[in-house]
Amino acid sequence: MVASSSSWSQALVQISPYTFSAIGIAISIGVSVLGAAWGIYITGSSLIGAAIKAPRITSKNLISGKPLHGTNIDVDLCRENHLHAPVICISNVVEVERHWFLLFLLNLWYYCYNSCEPHPSLSVIFCEAVAIYGVIVAIILQTKLESVPSSKMYDPESLRAGYAIFASGVIVGFANLVCGLCVGIIGSSCALSDAQNSSLFVKILVIEIFGSALGLFGVIVGIIMSAQATWPNN
Amino acid sequence: MYGFEAMTFNIHGGYLEAVVRGHRSGLLTAADYNNLCQCETLDDIKMHLSATEYGPYLQNEPSPLYTTTIVEKCTLKLVDEYKHMLTQATEPLSTFLEYIRYGHMIDNVVLIVTGTLHERDVQELLEKCHPLGMFDSIASLAVAQNMRELYRLVLVDTPLAPYFSECISSEDLDDMNIEIMRNTLYKAYLEDFYRFCQKLGGATAEIMSDLLAFEADRRAVNITINSIGTELTRDDRRKLYSNFGLLYPYGQEELAVCEDIDQVRGAMEKYPPYQSIFSKLTYGESQILDKAFYEEEVKRLCLAFEQQVRFQELPIQIDSCAMRNLPD
Repeated sequence: MVASSSSWSQALVQISPYTFSAIGIAISIGVSVLGAAWGIYITGSSLIGAAIKAPRITSKNLISGKPLHGTNIDVDLCRENHLHAPVICISNVVEVERHWFLLFLLNLWYYCYNSCEPHPSLSVIFCEAVAIYGVIVAIILQTKLESVPSSKMYDPESLRAGYAIFASGVIVGFANLVCGLCVGIIGSSCALSDAQNSSLFVKILVIEIFGSALGLFGVIVGIIMSAQATWPNN
Repeated sequence: MYGFEAMTFNIHGGYLEAVVRGHRSGLLTAADYNNLCQCETLDDIKMHLSATEYGPYLQNEPSPLYTTTIVEKCTLKLVDEYKHMLTQATEPLSTFLEYIRYGHMIDNVVLIVTGTLHERDVQELLEKCHPLGMFDSIASLAVAQNMRELYRLVLVDTPLAPYFSECISSEDLDDMNIEIMRNTLYKAYLEDFYRFCQKLGGATAEIMSDLLAFEADRRAVNITINSIGTELTRDDRRKLYSNFGLLYPYGQEELAVCEDIDQVRGAMEKYPPYQSIFSKLTYGESQILDKAFYEEEVKRLCLAFEQQVRFQELPIQIDSCAMRNLPD
């Protein structure tokens, strides 16, 4: 056990690792969603105002997944829902160590799918992706929780697992918060400039892609961190 | 924190900022102006304008058009957009937008009082007032005989009331006093607006200070030039200058003792921003000065608009500039 004489460190190690884990999971989803929502409202308010003079940006901006050439399908929201389903399946089925790679692939897929024709809906999608990262990581983290007998609850290994989950949650949560903010502010400028001059859209999109990589970094580190969360054997 | 305003600005101002930026695409372009310059009659102008944003406002006008009608309808467009913004705005943006109106109110008050002095009909004068500066009891301005009555009867209920503290006197209203009243009111208004912007802080304070300082300096120069040769004493002149701006206090000291235009030039040439304006004038011409100042103002407004900024009264002014440029 910790041999330090400080009362703070003694108090901290008396907190159950499950508390830390639970807080980590809560922060991961809660703060990510805060960042996503913040970003979406920042983009959305500018989008509405700009669309008064340039209505073409709304039809592209609020609904995702413009069809490829040749099809006349109405853009529909259920397409977007279908996108979420595989994400959740993957995270429940596949093993932990391969998660980060699959997530990376998933993101590439997202970008490619939506970049078939560049359109302003990407701003809102990037913000929403931030929330999805939070959900994915929260689900992954909750699969890491295992029961240990109370005799082993304060073992160093248990504590380590608890702290790992906590840290992972905090990393993902706050990285997604700033990522959502960043993408939201850029998205607002993107909407405003696209309304004036369509050729600017793609250029500002590049900045947005870099911004959205911030969230991805957080997720990658968070998942690698959570791989450390091994509880002691019964 | 300057720079982090973007995180929370959109809550209250995101929609309006986007609307205002959208108006930029509705301004008349150089091509439009070229077309308008080639028009022979007013009906041609109406036809050309029907393709622009001003179209719906001019559509229903019957055929013998007058120039005043065209100007009036275009101003109406500006007023409609302004009212839309005013109703959508929350504090402190709504206060900011209200401040824009006060300048027009002062002009309207002076217009009506002067017109009454010269025995014009009140209805005719009311039609000439700028729509952004109308307020409820404006028609009863015609009744007042001196400034104290003016204040007591009409203006005490308007937002202009606090600006009157410096110019209440029992003197009768004549041309000279009216001009002095106008300038005193405007000075109080500018200073109040300046203080308000400083209180808001951030990018608004910076940009608006620059614009208001330019306005204050411009008025100081105009007051000086207009009062050369009149019976306005130097002390009175000094009282009409605002207490902020590039010319405060040393430039204003010099301007107060100027007796002709060349001395004004001499005083202004010490300030680099104004030196370029004055260098365009040949000796003895003051009409071009107005135009030069106006161009400089428009340039500064455009620069301020380009900056990613909040509280955009500026595009409104740009709109009004666009309309003023209509031929004739």
